[in-house]
Amino acid sequence: MKATVHVFLKPGVLDVQGKAVEAALHGLGWNGVADVRVGRTIEFDLAVADVAAGRAEVEAMCARLLANPVIEGYRVEVG
Amino acid sequence: MRAAVVVFPGSHCDRDCQVAIERSTGAEVAMVWHQESALPSGLDLIVLPGGFSYGDYLRAGAMAALSPVMAEVRAAAARGVPVAGICNGFQILCEAGLLPGALLRNADLKYVCKPVVLEVTNLQTRFTAAFGDKREATMTVGNGEGNYFADVATLDRLEGEGRVVFRYRDNPNGSARAIAGIVSEAGNVLGLMPHPDRAFEADLGSADGALVFKSVMASA
Repeated sequence: MKATVHVFLKPGVLDVQGKAVEAALHGLGWNGVADVRVGRTIEFDLAVADVAAGRAEVEAMCARLLANPVIEGYRVEVG
Repeated sequence: MRAAVVVFPGSHCDRDCQVAIERSTGAEVAMVWHQESALPSGLDLIVLPGGFSYGDYLRAGAMAALSPVMAEVRAAAARGVPVAGICNGFQILCEAGLLPGALLRNADLKYVCKPVVLEVTNLQTRFTAAFGDKREATMTVGNGEGNYFADVATLDRLEGEGRVVFRYRDNPNGSARAIAGIVSEAGNVLGLMPHPDRAFEADLGSADGALVFKSVMASA
């Protein structure tokens, strides 16, 4: 089973990388760009049979290590 | 008097901390590799030094917080042993949940490396007692992710309980409420972004950092 975790800074936490990328895109002429967020994607194989059980395990991994709940939110895809 | 400095892969201020503690307090300093499952007995201070433990992989301090020795650091902190996390050490203590909040990338995206003037906002802690009535200190910062963040309720609690110990006079990294250093609820765990280990004698530009180590050892 493949697991994918998308980690982003929570809304309200200043994403300075996002701001810098946004300014650079504006500099290249893409003025319609707004609210750029830079996050990270973590992919891995997971040896579980059941999608629900897999999701629960990945959520636990996020809480323990993959994301810092003080500043980050995450989205899990399992399948 | 005995202190231990934990050495993680990627620590680079471990020797600075060792020399700073030895010269400012005369304490015997043990260097402890992060894979150790025991700390020396009878410690009066444990220091998590600055650097880039595990190359800042995933998040600064995230991997180091899971190192085997951290279980011992956690247990020692719970027994009341003073623990000081400096720079990357502060990030590790936050990741380990021993201090609240987190350190974000600096607000202007720049790595800052320069002397900063700090306000000593609480002179009654185990880490500041030797400052006497000296309310200002100069130490050097060197960080790219030193922007202290916590939610408003946590910040209010830290300030209300006198746990903000050092504040920047001129905020170099966007830290919430210009916070440079905080202590734990019990007061024996310090997180400090500026380096007392780079300001422990006049030849380094400031000797104010020595007072942090002297404070701990005075109460040992």
